[in-house]
Amino acid sequence: MALFTISEPGQSKLRAHAPRKRAVGIDLGTTNSLVATAREGKAEVLRDAEGRALVPSIVTYSATQAPRVGLRDYADAADERSSIASVKRLMGRSRSDINYQLPYTLEDSPNGGMPLIHTAAGKLSPVQVSADILRHLAKRGEEALGGELDGVVITVPAYFDEAQREATRDAARLAGLKVLRLLSEPTAAAVAYGLDKKLEGTVIIYDLGGGTFDVSLMQLQQGVFRVIATGGDAALGGDDFDRAIANWVLEQQGATERPDSHDWRELLRRARAAKHALTDAEETPIEFAGWQGVLTRATYYSLVDALIDTTLRACKRVLRDARMKPEDLSDIVLVGGATRSPRVREKVAAFFGREPLCSIDPDEVVAIGAALQADVLVGNKYGAETLLLDVIPLSLGIETMGGLMEKIIPRNSTIPVARAQEFTTYKDGQTAMSLHVLQGERELVQDCRSLARFELKGIPPMVAGAARVKVTFQVDADGLLEVSAEETTSGQKASIVVKPSFGLQEDDIAEMLKQSYAKAEEDKRLRSLREKQVEALRHIEALESALEADGEALLSAEERKELVGMMEELRSVAATEDADRIEILTNRLNERSLDFAARRMDAGIRQALAGRRLDDVDQ
Amino acid sequence: MAITLTEVAAKHVASQLAARGKGLGIRLGVTTTGCSGMAYVLEFADEIDEQDQVFEQHGVKVVVDPKSLVYLDGTEMDFVKQGVNEGFEFHNPNVKGECGCGESFSV
Repeated sequence: MALFTISEPGQSKLRAHAPRKRAVGIDLGTTNSLVATAREGKAEVLRDAEGRALVPSIVTYSATQAPRVGLRDYADAADERSSIASVKRLMGRSRSDINYQLPYTLEDSPNGGMPLIHTAAGKLSPVQVSADILRHLAKRGEEALGGELDGVVITVPAYFDEAQREATRDAARLAGLKVLRLLSEPTAAAVAYGLDKKLEGTVIIYDLGGGTFDVSLMQLQQGVFRVIATGGDAALGGDDFDRAIANWVLEQQGATERPDSHDWRELLRRARAAKHALTDAEETPIEFAGWQGVLTRATYYSLVDALIDTTLRACKRVLRDARMKPEDLSDIVLVGGATRSPRVREKVAAFFGREPLCSIDPDEVVAIGAALQADVLVGNKYGAETLLLDVIPLSLGIETMGGLMEKIIPRNSTIPVARAQEFTTYKDGQTAMSLHVLQGERELVQDCRSLARFELKGIPPMVAGAARVKVTFQVDADGLLEVSAEETTSGQKASIVVKPSFGLQEDDIAEMLKQSYAKAEEDKRLRSLREKQVEALRHIEALESALEADGEALLSAEERKELVGMMEELRSVAATEDADRIEILTNRLNERSLDFAARRMDAGIRQALAGRRLDDVDQ
Repeated sequence: MAITLTEVAAKHVASQLAARGKGLGIRLGVTTTGCSGMAYVLEFADEIDEQDQVFEQHGVKVVVDPKSLVYLDGTEMDFVKQGVNEGFEFHNPNVKGECGCGESFSV
């Protein structure tokens, strides 16, 4: 009997230790971007020499020098004209999606897709502009970590569709970065709070950034973040507050025409300054192109309340989707610079009936969560604090004899993960093995989800149980599953790639789990039945081949009849669910055939010895 | 359905928990693996799930998930010394066969 020691939770299986890797989390925002990294399980944002974490998502192009990222003040008007801001809004979008004024000129791309932006450095795609921002952020990460990055996690709004995500990936590739994963922004915020405060329960993430609004309802449990419902508006943010003020100024001024892009940008900057001033002051002076006026809080509220109400309507829809009420929530998390606005906090608190959480800087919280996630994905673990973020929702395994599901990667394993197990052949001379990849918690194949099938061929003929087939399951960070099988004595290989989440929805997963708990007893009974059935059939097959080989020579007609009779009886009982009877008959057949087996062995020895002298045998 | 602990096993669990500085008890489970089909998992328990069953004896909590419990019902956990080696040992009435090393079993 082996003796056991108590392991740390989740550490029962030994894990390999790898050298610490360099990874950062990047919040690639519409207005501002940030980069953060995790050290010893604690994440911090990386700052420039002046201590600033925020990098304005602005790229200034010039015909003669390299692009400059994050300029706050322009040296001259030429710089200003060739500065590209809020490029995130163009990612993965066509020109027809853009129904608002931009301070730069767009042109349809010759091959369709995203429009090109006119800059001093030529016509550029939004992907190229984003890549320049990413390059700048990555450089800050490399300087802080002392070397080339092993991987990055980039956050995207939950609302981003496949085209927008793909554009973001392309930008990272262009910047020479290895993307560990694109993480949705609210998930990143939940990661940041979950780790810092061990938050559990049901949480609303209210994320009002410069250019996007996201609301996500998430359930946090034991470090696992599950998104229950999402909503929002991909074209609503703090920028719209600035635009609302700017349009009000133009209205007050009695302007009949839109200002040119230079003036419009100047106006937006003044609008933003006025907005920030109203955080503390009751009113603030504002002037533009010879017009002077005063913006009061009351006027400002009348301009932006409609925008805030739009966000609250989205919150209401998300709650309705999840069939929840504001009082079911344990917390509200604020994310995004625009949530600094007292008016936003006030209206959010009134809507949900409680004060929202904002202990982590709302500008930094997403980057911090991304950094923690990057640290885990790149393979840096820190013992019990391991973050179970993206997990395998249901166990993965293969079908074994008797229609049983053999689990290879258990449920809730963090990805990426790789596990291997050895299997063997069931019949003498078996030269191929059919592998059936399954997902589920139940013991029987029929109760699990079939993901894929493939075959390993070319196994050299051997007796049953001699072949060594190593089956490896590997799930990468994007959730892509690769199953490979190798017969280790001959080196024969086969593999298949499957997407494990294929066809499985959240509801399916919850239902399958519930069933596996409810049916634990029944599953145990069925497992034991199947094992007995397999055992019975194995005996029948062994006896059959023995009878065929030596039955005539070694057994009388009567003995043969008795064995065949018992064998047939067992065969018919093995097809039933009577486990006890199967076991009894298997044992009886086993006993009765012992004599036959002994005679076969004697015969075998006689045959081996026949015609040989004693001297030969001695050697 | 129950899991029991001998007094000496409980004493060792308690002292290991104290040395570790945290933990609600120990978690005992089974996983399908090994040469005989099932293997024991013995870990510190930092959390107790809703569906878990908790057995308390000699002041020590043993946490078991419902799927494992059907294979572990009636098991007694003991602490033994074998020469210079010492550790925990399970007496599981459900076990029909064990592999040579005793790390895995079948029911």
